[in-house]
Amino acid sequence: MSHGRDTSPKPYAVVAEFETPDQLLSAVERTKDAGYRDVEAYSPVPVHGLTDKMGFKDDRLWLICFIGGVTGACLGMALEWYTSAGILIPNSIRTPFGFSLPVPAPTGVDGYAHNTGGKPLFSLPAFVPVAYELTILLSAFGATFGMLGLNGLPKPHNPIFNASAMRGASQNRYILSVEATDPNYNEVELSQFLNSLNPLSVEAIKTSEGY
Amino acid sequence: MSSNPTPVDPALLTGEYDEAKLDSVIGNIVLDQKTHNYPEIAVPGPIKGLKTNPWQIMFGLGFLGLNALLLAVGNLLLSGIGIWGNNQPVGWGFDIINFVWWIGIGHAGTLISAVLLLLRQRWRNSINRFAEAMTIFAVMCAGLYPLLHTGRPWVAYWLFPYPNVLGMWPQFRSPLIWDVFAVSTYMTVSILFWFVGLIPDFATLRDKATAAIPRFAYGALSMGWTGNAKHWHRYEQASLFLAALSTPLVLSVHTIVSYDFAMGIVPGWNVTIFPPYFVAGAVFAGFAMVLTFAIPLRKWYKLEDLITMKHIDWMCKVMLATGLIVFYGYIMEVFFAFYSGEPAELALLHNRVNLFNAPYSWAFWILILTNGIIPQVLWHPKMRQNLGVIFTVCMSISIGMWFERYVIIPISLTRDFLPSSFGFYTPTIWDFLMFGGTIGMFLFLMFLFVRFLPMINMFEMKELLHQLHEHHHDDHHGDKEPAANH
Repeated sequence: MSHGRDTSPKPYAVVAEFETPDQLLSAVERTKDAGYRDVEAYSPVPVHGLTDKMGFKDDRLWLICFIGGVTGACLGMALEWYTSAGILIPNSIRTPFGFSLPVPAPTGVDGYAHNTGGKPLFSLPAFVPVAYELTILLSAFGATFGMLGLNGLPKPHNPIFNASAMRGASQNRYILSVEATDPNYNEVELSQFLNSLNPLSVEAIKTSEGY
Repeated sequence: MSSNPTPVDPALLTGEYDEAKLDSVIGNIVLDQKTHNYPEIAVPGPIKGLKTNPWQIMFGLGFLGLNALLLAVGNLLLSGIGIWGNNQPVGWGFDIINFVWWIGIGHAGTLISAVLLLLRQRWRNSINRFAEAMTIFAVMCAGLYPLLHTGRPWVAYWLFPYPNVLGMWPQFRSPLIWDVFAVSTYMTVSILFWFVGLIPDFATLRDKATAAIPRFAYGALSMGWTGNAKHWHRYEQASLFLAALSTPLVLSVHTIVSYDFAMGIVPGWNVTIFPPYFVAGAVFAGFAMVLTFAIPLRKWYKLEDLITMKHIDWMCKVMLATGLIVFYGYIMEVFFAFYSGEPAELALLHNRVNLFNAPYSWAFWILILTNGIIPQVLWHPKMRQNLGVIFTVCMSISIGMWFERYVIIPISLTRDFLPSSFGFYTPTIWDFLMFGGTIGMFLFLMFLFVRFLPMINMFEMKELLHQLHEHHHDDHHGDKEPAANH
């Protein structure tokens, strides 16, 4: 009803419910073979081999995790180098002409360079632990938030939940859906086809009102 | 699932289970609050017919302890840390002892969830969730001590590097600053790992719940988890990465904690064996605490089929192994002191072991008894099946690990180099109150956790179930194949 966008419920997917992971695996395979492209599967436990059958592979997460780690290591080391050593700028530079050139007071580039117990300003061995912890921290952020981001979570509303079978998808049911974005999407044909796979139930669902 | 090369031990899940029954058994502890009423215990005393249950008793004890903690911390904030027994020459006493003790207890959770995941040990599935919860709560208890020992915890952010008007930065060459980074990273990563593990279970609870409030709460926490195959794909990658990151993290955290001592020149502290033996000690203490909780919880909530005697047997073996590493550490400490020929180290050795002529040597011998000798009963397979014996051994280990730190700290600090600076360490009532208080807080949080979050990982148990079935299928195939050949 708002802003001229049509928000009435539209077809979203046809959902078939199976009892075991093996049934889901073969159903996905046969749906793919039947020429459907936008096939999704939902299961209470990870079913191995399912993403292979769907032709899905996503290896971006390790890259995100790795970038996080490298950032953490560099950030940690840079922090320690800057705060403990930094760039030391002399008060004046001696020239060959017999006078010294004053250097304006440095504006914080020298960090907090203090001689502690005669240790070098940049004490690399002592700086390892903090950089190491930050490496792990930022990689872990990468792994967690990368996973959530790539999965599009948090996602409070998802039209797939309009399927009554989806309540079992987190418990003991294995769900296959073909989404309306599929070029071959036709509710009647699809329902007939999915029924031939021997499911517990088949259901055509629509998007929610207002979305 | 089929990629798992080793067959799953059928003893890891006894009884007849299917996915729905697993969900009910674990999920109903949270969703059906009546499960907490078992077993009912009659309250002795004047009120006839008054009954209670273990949850109420443990939670009540925890709540009392938490209040004791608030009292101890309240007085500390009002009066300052002078109310503790810390003084010259012992600048840190109970606070560092308890800090290290709690951090160590937390380490078993990470070990179970991360290291055993990388090693594909399926028996972690039923114990990892509450072990991880233990990790988080133990680190919370641990963090209180250094925070309060700063004297002014409201300016604890000074420990972190932030640009300030004084132009000062933390001293990054100090193990205490390493501690700040190690412990805060450990806390953060443990919470992330725990939460990631909980997401699919939140979805299960969301879909199982009938009442509106749990449905909404678990729904919000599940963040819209659908169980999509592509999501699972990335989820499993993330779990693996987090496990691979937590493993070096857990080793580094206790290594850095041991640096607090090992980097000093105090006799008895300046030894290279500290990092490995602290890490082994942490795992030792942590498994003891996991068993301390697992043994009563599996009985009260009828989880004997999920946390089986096999799990307990294997945990006992881990304790035995790490206990031997720790015991080796004690022997090596004595040997190093003897072999160094250093007068200060030799004097320390005398102060530790001479039962008749050294003020704190009783603590050393309690340590050897509780950590070194008593756990050896677990060598006998029958003892590893006797819950009473195991529980007693776990208690002994918890006491022993506390005394390990007691031996390290006051003995070394009260008798260091100059006789003129010798002294004694006498903890005050506030030290004890705060220690008891953190135990109370731990109990309080653990039993809140038991009540509101699934204490066993539901989806991993379902995975285990599938693996067991697959294994059975393989057996059947094996039976049939010769027949087919004929």
